[in-house]
Amino acid sequence: MKKLLYIFLFFSSFLHAHVIEVGANKPVKSIKKAISLAKIGDTILVHKGVYREGNIVIDKRIVFLGKGYPVLDGQKKYEVLSIKADSVVVQGFKVIKSGYASLEDPCAIKVYNKSHVVIQNNILDDNFFGIYIQNGKNCLIKNNTIVAYGKEEQQIGNGIHCWKSENLQIIANTISGHRDGIYFEFVTNSVIWRNISTNNIRYGLHFMFSNDDAYITNIFKNNGAGVAVMFTKNVKMFNNYFEENWGDGAYGLFLKEITDSYIIGNKFSKNTSGIHMEGTNRIRIEKNVFEANGWAMKIQASCVDNEIVNNNFIGNTFDMGTNGSLVLNKFNTNYWDKYEGYDLDKNGVGDVPYHPLSLFAVLVENNPSAMLLFRSFMITLLDKSEKVLPSITPDNFIDNSPLMHSLPL
Amino acid sequence: MNRIIKIIFLDILKNKIILAYTLILAILSWSSFGLEDNSAKGLLTILNIILFTVPLVSILFATIYLYNSTEFIELLLSQPIKRKKIWLSLFLGLSLAMVLAFFIGAGIPLLINAPDSVGIMMLIIGCLITLVFVALAFLSSILTRDKAKGIGIAIMGWLYFALLFDGIILYLLFQFSDYPIEKAMIVVTAFSPIDLARIQILLHLDVSAMMGYTGAIFKDFFGTSLGLLLSFSLLCLWIIIPFFISLIKFKNKDL
Amino acid sequence: MIEIKNIYKKFGKLEVLNDVNLSFKKGECIALIGPNGCGKTTLIKSILGMVIPSKGDILFNEKSILKEFKYREQIGYMPQIGRYPDYMTVGQIIEMIKKIRNSDQVLDEDLVHAFQLEKIVDKQMRTLSGGTTQKVSATLAFLFNPEVLILDEPTAGLDPLASEILKEKIIKEKEKGKLILITSHLLSELDDLITQIIYMQDGTVHFHQSIAGLLESTNEQKISKAIAKILKNKSNEQNH
Repeated sequence: MKKLLYIFLFFSSFLHAHVIEVGANKPVKSIKKAISLAKIGDTILVHKGVYREGNIVIDKRIVFLGKGYPVLDGQKKYEVLSIKADSVVVQGFKVIKSGYASLEDPCAIKVYNKSHVVIQNNILDDNFFGIYIQNGKNCLIKNNTIVAYGKEEQQIGNGIHCWKSENLQIIANTISGHRDGIYFEFVTNSVIWRNISTNNIRYGLHFMFSNDDAYITNIFKNNGAGVAVMFTKNVKMFNNYFEENWGDGAYGLFLKEITDSYIIGNKFSKNTSGIHMEGTNRIRIEKNVFEANGWAMKIQASCVDNEIVNNNFIGNTFDMGTNGSLVLNKFNTNYWDKYEGYDLDKNGVGDVPYHPLSLFAVLVENNPSAMLLFRSFMITLLDKSEKVLPSITPDNFIDNSPLMHSLPL
Repeated sequence: MNRIIKIIFLDILKNKIILAYTLILAILSWSSFGLEDNSAKGLLTILNIILFTVPLVSILFATIYLYNSTEFIELLLSQPIKRKKIWLSLFLGLSLAMVLAFFIGAGIPLLINAPDSVGIMMLIIGCLITLVFVALAFLSSILTRDKAKGIGIAIMGWLYFALLFDGIILYLLFQFSDYPIEKAMIVVTAFSPIDLARIQILLHLDVSAMMGYTGAIFKDFFGTSLGLLLSFSLLCLWIIIPFFISLIKFKNKDL
Repeated sequence: MIEIKNIYKKFGKLEVLNDVNLSFKKGECIALIGPNGCGKTTLIKSILGMVIPSKGDILFNEKSILKEFKYREQIGYMPQIGRYPDYMTVGQIIEMIKKIRNSDQVLDEDLVHAFQLEKIVDKQMRTLSGGTTQKVSATLAFLFNPEVLILDEPTAGLDPLASEILKEKIIKEKEKGKLILITSHLLSELDDLITQIIYMQDGTVHFHQSIAGLLESTNEQKISKAIAKILKNKSNEQNH
């Protein structure tokens, strides 16, 4: 990769684009000076060292390269890099200590209303916001490592914050310790792929009013409240991992006011709630694995016309939770490890329907303290009798063709 | 003392009921672990064994054994042995045999199929629950000379801890659901050894659910090392206090 | 050797022992007699520490036995009805008691041979007849050569032959200078054994006399008649 880059640089010099080198023992010592010297299409190559130059503004179409991860230090006062030109490339820097907690949301790297900006292979450490795309188009944010050490929501910004943008690609970044790992608001036609978002204070991914996006093969682990996807339609959520999002009001995936979306091939493991749905319509939840969650799914009464098919429910404390008695969602051919039916015709589908909502789940919904009694002999008796003669749980909360064996997912 | 413990221990091991108990535990555990490729179902089965079967068998078997040993106790009393020693030997012999039965029946499959913190936790708690109900058996058998009455007391005791106590808690929870009674409930659980045991296992088995809602309150209390220490000490008190009361009564008993 | 001082015992409301004072010395063979329910067995069990008196004290070799147990090493006890763990064999019982006592004394196995217990060593206790069980009890009482023998109705249930063997054994031990305490209601059996007699009724001691003194004071030849005479006199006194 690097070799290719150098070859590219070598040839680009023939195209009358210059390389301006910045470093302690180079002719140009300051980055700001180099930018002022640069012409459109030039490359600025910054050598190893610590650069404390306050706010650096890139206002020309240039390639801004770091060699050996030169440090850009914001000294907790400044926004470090402001990109105010199209098609800028920022690569190979270590950006640290942006200013924090002020009205203008100081960032490590911020893009102002531009397109085709590439931000890749950077290390961002201890910044208020990490990368901020404001009104950007066709930008690529790739292979960045973004770390912060936030302790409270108010004291820290988001890792990758995208607002009112379109056609973004967020690929293979690692984010931890921010408020939200990745934040999308009014962002459309974008893809979030192969990112790892862990240990953020609020959400691993926070997603609002952002239609027609996809997020694929990401890992969201141990975030304060998991992942929230809200007020959005046409989202595709494929092959993601939602793990160990624990706590009161913590969810693997929190869906609110979502329509016409797909949740396919994800794994929800060890979350307090795997998926929590409110006001969610026409969603297809398919081929997911729900494993060792407190509640695999909580479907509130405001959810209509969702299809839950071909999922594996294994080792969850409760398979389902709900706050209402009206059920307008479909469950079909899922594997439930708590299913105790039989399969006389040996077609792999159980002959009696499965009721995924247990009496105790309803009791706990009404009175959370009752959790204290879980797995006691008396509760087991109550649950069993409810299974035989449903009286409190809605009897159309049902999977008519539960599978006998788990799906190979 | 060792000689008497050995005599009692060997006598119980020859007992067919204890063999059947071990065998049934083993069949239940092995079959439920073998049923599926994950250990969840097996763990649940063993949880139910610990909360249901172990207390029942421990208290019933120990009570009946004590009544059947009246002659033996009389024989020992005419010998130069301290009363305390006789009673303690009986307790230790019985406990040892019951714990061994639990260990062979449920503990070994547990250690083989779930050799993690949950498995070890369940093993320790199963042994403690065995001891608690053996101790309660000593108490119930010293309360009355009448064998039928004594067994009745034992069964009532078991029924109370296994079923009625939780019923009362459920009733209280719904009666006072408008008040913040979670903390009070933590205190109340100390009054039932089965609940203490159950919550400790729950915190390991259903950790994801216990992290949410009020579960977090219990987790914050019982899940800390202090809470763990406290519940184990409470379980130990549930062994020591009933046995100690029975010991005092035995010391002053006329035979 | 044994002194009983102001013993009271109540079972609930029932007064079983009421201010009993007695003392027994070495070499004596004492018969403890009285009607059923007069407190004989309770008295014996008090000495053995199986029944704890409500009031009073018992001294064994001038030491209180309350909360003590060691003194029982010097007592051999044969209960009225021996009750043993059902599933243990005769051999196991004897072995077990040996283990429990753990004494290095020479064992007195006279009765084992005399009763021919070797033949039934492998029999379970529950299969034995009452008489055979008594034989085992008697054997155990004498096995450790104790200084004091307490025999509760020793000959009840034994066949005449076994009864005779036991009596001979008692006489033999008496001659060794041991203290022997026997309860019985069949007086004639005791005639040639005993040196002293205690008569109890309703939890109190009616009289405690040596045989010689008793016969002399009543001018009778037989113990049973002497006792009958005393009782008659007493009841007459009460009637007047």
